[in-house]
Amino acid sequence: MTIRTAALRLLPVWAVLFALLLGMFFVLLAGAHPIEAYRDLLRGAFADVFGFATTLVKTTPLLFAGLGVAVALRAGLINIGAEGQIYLGGLAAALVGLYVRGLPPLLHVPLALLAAFVAGGAWALLPALLRLRRGVSEVITTLLMNYIGLYLVGALVSGPLKEPGAPYPFSPPLARSAYLPTIIPTTDAHAGILIALVLAVVTYVVLEHTPIGFRVRMVGANPPAAAYAGINVGQTVTLAMIVSGGLAGLGGASEVMGLKHRLFDAFSPGYGYDAIVVAFLGAGQPLGVAVTAFFFGALRSGANIMQRSQGVPVAVIFAIQGLAVLFLAASLAVRHRIFRWGGRSRQPAAASPVQAAGVTDPE
Amino acid sequence: MREGPASPGPSPIEQAIDVLRMEEITKRFGPVLANDRITLAVRAGAVHALLGENGAGKTSLMNILYGLYQPDDGRIWVRGQLVRIRSPRDAIRLGIGMIHQQFTLVPQLTVAENVVLGLRPRRPPFLDLAAAEDAITEISKAYGLDVNPRFRVMGLSLGMQQRVEILKALYRGANLLILDEPTSVLTPAETEALFEVIQSLVADGKSVIFISHKLEEALRISQTITVLRRGRVVATVPTSDATPHELARMMVGRDVVFRIPKTPARAAGPAIEVTDLGAASDQGYPALKGVTFHLFRGEILGIAGVDGNGQTELAEAIAGLRPVSAGQIRLNGHEVTSWPPKARITLGLGFIPADRQRLGLVPDFTVAENLVMKTFAAHPYTRRGFLDRRAITAHARALADRFDIRLHSVQQRVRELSGGNQQKVVLAREVSLTPSVIIAMQPTRGLDVGASEYILRALIAQRDRGAAVLHISTELEEVLSVSDRVAVMFAGELMGIVRPGDVSYEQLGLMMAGALRLNPMAEPA
Repeated sequence: MTIRTAALRLLPVWAVLFALLLGMFFVLLAGAHPIEAYRDLLRGAFADVFGFATTLVKTTPLLFAGLGVAVALRAGLINIGAEGQIYLGGLAAALVGLYVRGLPPLLHVPLALLAAFVAGGAWALLPALLRLRRGVSEVITTLLMNYIGLYLVGALVSGPLKEPGAPYPFSPPLARSAYLPTIIPTTDAHAGILIALVLAVVTYVVLEHTPIGFRVRMVGANPPAAAYAGINVGQTVTLAMIVSGGLAGLGGASEVMGLKHRLFDAFSPGYGYDAIVVAFLGAGQPLGVAVTAFFFGALRSGANIMQRSQGVPVAVIFAIQGLAVLFLAASLAVRHRIFRWGGRSRQPAAASPVQAAGVTDPE
Repeated sequence: MREGPASPGPSPIEQAIDVLRMEEITKRFGPVLANDRITLAVRAGAVHALLGENGAGKTSLMNILYGLYQPDDGRIWVRGQLVRIRSPRDAIRLGIGMIHQQFTLVPQLTVAENVVLGLRPRRPPFLDLAAAEDAITEISKAYGLDVNPRFRVMGLSLGMQQRVEILKALYRGANLLILDEPTSVLTPAETEALFEVIQSLVADGKSVIFISHKLEEALRISQTITVLRRGRVVATVPTSDATPHELARMMVGRDVVFRIPKTPARAAGPAIEVTDLGAASDQGYPALKGVTFHLFRGEILGIAGVDGNGQTELAEAIAGLRPVSAGQIRLNGHEVTSWPPKARITLGLGFIPADRQRLGLVPDFTVAENLVMKTFAAHPYTRRGFLDRRAITAHARALADRFDIRLHSVQQRVRELSGGNQQKVVLAREVSLTPSVIIAMQPTRGLDVGASEYILRALIAQRDRGAAVLHISTELEEVLSVSDRVAVMFAGELMGIVRPGDVSYEQLGLMMAGALRLNPMAEPA
């Protein structure tokens, strides 16, 4: 690998660094000292056990849903619907936690997680089928399904699932046996992060080292060629979408079972949308997704401390997040342009991988 | 930048000297010397052919001339003036126009809108399209381009779109036109028409640089031929002194056998039996109508015909990639008409598709991965549920060796290989599965002479091994030299099956035009 290709592989890192750099400007606008603000940001996220626990808590749903979006991405699908799948997963887990009684935790927790996976997967299945049968873009359908998911949960916790006498729309607490255990005593940090990390590794292994992953990647990279090679493209796309939704659904379950222990109205502050960013910045690679999710979790967690100590609004963090995406998109666009010019020369060795990569047909 | 159409022909003085001189042009891409001290002189009012294999340096030289690349060394004179061309804008100002292989038109706009796109209007802010249309009609008439400026580009054939590109260049005042492999997208009839256009251009004093790797075309259309090989000029010769044999040798650096030696076919039982086959095109029109033929083991059946007469649909229908509307397909005795591709592959069907980038390969996958595209899930590439990278790599190394695929590493992405090596990857994968039937569609398209010969020899070797080969090509010469029987397709029908030596070119031409049916060879001798 040349230095140049290495630099290109690390594009997301550069994007984040530039975003942080430019973010200093926003901190200045907010009337604070950039270095001090970033110091407090870091401190907030890592310096004490509570900050670190908060980082883990914020990372968890981002990682689950980010993995989901990444799996779809590798199969060539844009799943904008992680948010809705989170809600459905949370709902399913809550139902199992509320109504299934008398199970030991060792059975109750997996059962609730399984229900969440199935519910999230089902929520993604519908868009997949619409795309396969009717050619409807999954970008639109998954996005619209988010609202159905959000308001479905809202309606249920305002009505049949509502805790009697509660001031806000939320459900009664789940059975204790459906709680995800706490992993750092006296903090909110729960076992969801461990499950998510294990799944990141599993997703990586499946995608890169099994025939089914090969199939998914081939369908994502070139669907006609996959069909030519004898692969059932429709079936593969459907499978990838179910897993994608299922992983996002687990993100909802871990919020409900690990953190809130009840089903709340609007319990996700847009984790499903941030997951899209996480998946893209992670280049669709499960381990990259883990790193980005952790980074974003840390930003979220540290932002509160920064706000309190430096008076820098949390919104600055969202701006940095947006900038990172913008930089990444821009650098990809620039790269594409380089490719196109490179492609005009049909030298076998315009074959620096960088240049040749955009050649549509090097004949 | 000039706004209007070109002023008519050059003065006699301009005609007397070289319109273009490139001297000692050198260009490096990393370790590769794409152009090594290339010197080229183009006369006014002449066609200068730039001949060479893929990767010989033709296109990079022309990209330098058009300002897309900067040379590392060398000088360029245009009409006797030393110039530096920093961008296509500079090139256009100097009267140089380039028509790329991939067109740069906006399909939704009309011809006139495409032509004026990017130019400053004469009376801003108003776009005087009517005036532009008149000017375009005038240029179009002058050179026999026959383009209606009011037509939308998306409704035009590739041949017409190419003319729009030529119009764009002429409208911008070009008097030196660079045509990069202009015939690669054209049907034979369109090629003829293009040659007429080129002739009327040079008759008017304009000059044309004609980039090609097709000998016959260069010989037919040019006055001078420069042969490039490995970034260097091998020779510049007047076309009248050149012979195809000599040129081919200069291009590849060794003698090329155009007649590939082969023994007579020993056909055994039928491998493919196609009966009354019907199928629709992507646009939903009937593309195959009642196609019936048998392909036998141990023979090569060629399918000749002008591009777009149902060949793609036929190949895809047999491979199971296109639904069939009528008739049936039998493969090795099994009725497979409604079988999925996978089952047909398992029955021993190999397929080398025409569009390797879209269908035959996953350009972003590594060479090793592409070589197991059809077999990755089977032993030894998958063991106990996991891909065995070592087995996949070893397999790739062995095939790269056996098929002489030039690469740095089998972990290289296929996209980075040259067209010829990409095709060898497809060939290696298909042949290594020892198929009983091979469909080879345009297997030499875009390949240089050496690579083409390699591929064709490999197909004959497959035949001699006992495989049935369906060889679909629009290159008549190629079909005739390789096939044991030749079927001709026209408008979705087979016009008949003949033996290569038994029919004249004229008869074949009539068949390809749908004017003659001949079927003496429905079964092999």
